[in-house]
Formats: sequence, structure tokens, C-alpha cells
Amino acid sequence: MRIVVDFDLCESNAVCMQIAPDIFEVRDDDFLYILNETPGEADRSRVEECVQRCPKQAISIAED
Amino acid sequence: MTSIPRAVTIVGASLAGFNAAEALRRDGFEGPVTLIGAEDHPPYDRPPLSKQVLAGDWEPDRAALTDTEELADDGIEARFGLRATGLDLNARELSLHTGETVAFDGLVIATGARCRTMPGTDGLSGLHVLRSLDDCLALRADLEAGPQRVVVVGAGFIGAEVAATARGRGLEVTVVEALPTPLGRVLGDEMGSVCAEVHRDHGVDLRTGVGVDRIEGDHRVERVVLSDGATVDADVVVVGIGVIPNTEWLEGSGVQIDDGVICDASCLVADRVTAAGDVARWPNQLFGETMRVEHWDNAAAQGAHAARRLLDEATGPFAPVPWFWSDQYDRKIQLAGRVRPDDEVRVVNGSVAERRFAAIYGRGGRITGVLGFNRPRHVMRYRALIEQGATFDEALAAEF
Ligand SMILES: Cc1cc2nc3c(=O)[nH]c(=O)nc-3n(C[C@H](O)[C@H](O)[C@H](O)COP(=O)(O)OP(=O)(O)OC[C@H]3O[C@@H](n4cnc5c(N)ncnc54)[C@H](O)[C@@H]3O)c2cc1C
Ligand code: SF4
Repeated sequence: MRIVVDFDLCESNAVCMQIAPDIFEVRDDDFLYILNETPGEADRSRVEECVQRCPKQAISIAED
Repeated sequence: MTSIPRAVTIVGASLAGFNAAEALRRDGFEGPVTLIGAEDHPPYDRPPLSKQVLAGDWEPDRAALTDTEELADDGIEARFGLRATGLDLNARELSLHTGETVAFDGLVIATGARCRTMPGTDGLSGLHVLRSLDDCLALRADLEAGPQRVVVVGAGFIGAEVAATARGRGLEVTVVEALPTPLGRVLGDEMGSVCAEVHRDHGVDLRTGVGVDRIEGDHRVERVVLSDGATVDADVVVVGIGVIPNTEWLEGSGVQIDDGVICDASCLVADRVTAAGDVARWPNQLFGETMRVEHWDNAAAQGAHAARRLLDEATGPFAPVPWFWSDQYDRKIQLAGRVRPDDEVRVVNGSVAERRFAAIYGRGGRITGVLGFNRPRHVMRYRALIEQGATFDEALAAEF
């Protein structure tokens, strides 16, 4: 599982960071940073929640 | 006698209804799912309607949440352009505006809200509200025609965004707000004044503490007459004075209505009936308060919760910290929590003068909310503290 964020869509509102702060972080420069692009299967449901809850539908999961 | 439904019908095919349908499938529900909606369009996102779509930066299809093909793939029967007009809980039947009756087993009520309008203004062209994609495209066409002046009635979040988008198009804008400060009843006067300054910085003619007496014109709007007797010439008027939940179709059904559909803490309305989104009023146990929330995040999360509640009686209470964002000019304004205008307010990060700051709200020794101007990270951190029930002092001492 690899996390893909469409940074053209992302508006840095940090919803994903609230669900998974160990994976997503919005820093003081207002940009989103992916701390762990390839989290393990144990994190799948949290990442899926991020995909679902992102108001901009900016996050997707690539299976490669 | 509550039991798990064999089939689920969802009335209202927007954010809450769509999320309910998706959640049913995600949770492995295999029975029939039917999504009935009054609009002709498949579910779409409303926030871009006052922002990117209205600005002309996005074509409407970018606001789509799904399409009929995707719904079909998920085994969701989509029935659009159909308005529910009645509910019979005993017979478990819906009536539609076409005269058809539809049997249901499980039901999610997700009929949202519609704009409040000004009385006596029917039939004037150039007069707009903004809720639906059709509203947005009509307003967009009027803005593209290059009006001399746009008057926005109401400086709430929608009014503020419309004003910002119209200014972004280089149009002259007057905003009329009855309260002494925009959003004063939500944010309090101190932060409301910051919102006022943001408008004025961007060249908006903001009139506060004055109401609209009437809107005049012959076929087309020509001027707005204010309660202090002043008149403002306008060829486009946008009325943004709040919304009314769509509950008329439930009258006489036995479902309890009081400015929204009354639910229990888990979103249950009646046996195998739940409600979600802008139409739902429920006791949020985190705040010990009954609320109806008109935000994107709430409709999405509550839609999913209401679906889950139908499938599993053990589904707990729906008790989130309400949160929303509003994009105005180059600012991202976010508010989380449940604030009152007389709460104590403290700026905890950044600078109000630069319009980049986070401020927290407190009442009774607890943190009740956080407001951010271009501070999404801080809003989310303080939102977590609100969820944990932190004291105001703990929140003031926190460093993010
Ligand atoms: C222009 C605009 C901008 C916004 N911007 C933001 C923002 O920046 N941030 C934010 O947090 N929130 C924003 N919101 C609010 C957010 O979009 C709403 O909270 C959300 O749309 C609520 O979703 P809902 O599904 O509960 O209701 P709605 O979106 O109101 O949908 C209800 C649906 O039910 C249908 N319906 C109604 N009655 C019937 C009936 N009897 N039978 C069948 N169908 C029926 C309606 O036609 C509609 O399609 C914005 C809203 C608007 C209008
Ligand atoms: S939730 Fe979506 S829009 Fe918000 S920061 Fe994460 S990726 Fe960006």
C-alpha cells in the first residue's frame, strides 16, 4: 500500500493528520507532508478513513 | 422490536445520503440499497459552488461526488428527480411527488436544508440564493455578464464566500449585514470584527447593523432599500440569510420535528429509521447539547454513522467535535467546537494583524472551540483537545 496525495487538490486542512498524525502532517508552512508513504497493512483502515474523510478527495491508495 | 433491515432506502441524494449508501456497502451490507433524490444530478459537493465553480475555475463536473455508473457498480439503485412527499411508518411506505408509493424496510432521512428567502421577492430576475448546482450556474451566468454591483444580503459564511468570489472576479460588492459584526452571533464581536476587516481590506463595501427593507425592480432587481433608508443600486442580489431543514414531507408521519428531524444520540429516529446531515437534530453527548450542524464534515460522517446504526444496534452515540472550513479571499478560516459569542477568546498562535492566527474559546473552565485563519494544523490539534474535554488552562498551556 502506497499513499498518493494529489497536491493540486489538497488544501492542507489537516483532516488526515487528525486521523493519522504518524502518517500525515501539516506543518507551519501550511503544506501537507507524508511522513510514511508506505504504511503497513495494520494501518490500512486508518488510511482508508483518511481517503474517505478528506474533503477534497485528494488522497488515494496505490497497490504496488 | 428493532431489527436489522433487509433493504435500505435513503431519501436525499447529497453528501449525507451518498455517504450513507457508501458506508452500507463498505460495511458489507449486501441487501438492496436505493438512493432517492429530488435533484436531477447525481450527488455532488456543495462547497465548490461558492468557491471554485462560482469563480469559473472549475467546471461543474469537478464537484461531482460520484456518477451513475459508479453507483451502479456499487449496487446502489439511483432514483433522481424524485421528491418524497410523505412517509407512512406503519405501512413502511414512502410517497413520491409523482404519486408513486415505494415500500421500504430500513430508511435514512438525509433531505438536508434549503435557503431561506426574502418574502415578496418572487419572480425578480437577478435575485439569487445559493444552495444547488443550478443556483450556482444561474448566479455564475449573472456574474459573468459583468454587473455594475453585486449586493450580498447576509455576511454569514456563504455570503462572505460569494462576496470574496465576486471580488475575485473584479466586481463591485456591497455586503449588508443586520448584526453589528459579521458572524458576531457565532464568533463573538472580537473575531467578527476581524472578518469585517478582511472584507474591507478586499474592497467590499460592508454595511453592518442595518437590515434590508425591500428589494426593488421591475422584472429585474434594480436596487436594495436598507432599513436606515439608504438605497444601493444593484443588478445582482444574493440572499444568504440561512437555511431551513427540509422536513415538510415528514409532517404527520409521527416522526418528531423541531427545526430538524429529532434523533437519539445514535441518530435513530424510529424503528429502522435514522437521519443524518443538515436535516438531523441529535443530542451530541460530547457537549451534552442537542444540535443540528450544517457542515460538510458532519454530513459526511453522520451519513456513515446513520447507515451503520441501521446495520448494528450496538452502534454507539454520534459525538464528534463539529468542524468546518470557509475559504474567503486568500484565507482559510476554520472553526471547530461549539462556541458561543460570549465565550472567552484568546489568540494562542500567530498574529491577528497578519490574519494568520489561531484563537481558542473557553467557557466554564473548558475549551469550547478553536478558530483558525490559515492555521489548519493548530485547529486540528486544539480540536483533539476539545474532544478530550481539556480545560481552558490546559489548552492555553499546550504548545503546538
Ligand atoms: C454554497 C455552499 C458552500 C458550502 N461550503 C461549505 C464549506 O466550505 N465548508 C463546510 O463545512 N460546509 C460547507 N457547506 C455546507 C455543506 O455543503 C452542507 O453541510 C452539506 O451539503 C449537507 O449535506 P446533506 O446531505 O445533509 O444535505 P444537502 O446537501 O442539503 O442535500 C439534501 C438533498 O436532499 C434533497 N431533498 C430534499 N428534500 C427531498 C425530498 N423530499 N425528497 C427527495 N430528496 C429531497 C435535496 O434536493 C438535496 O439534494 C456549503 C454549502 C453550500 C450550499
Ligand atoms: S485531508 Fe485531504 S485536503 Fe486535508 S490535508 Fe489531508 S489530503 Fe489535504
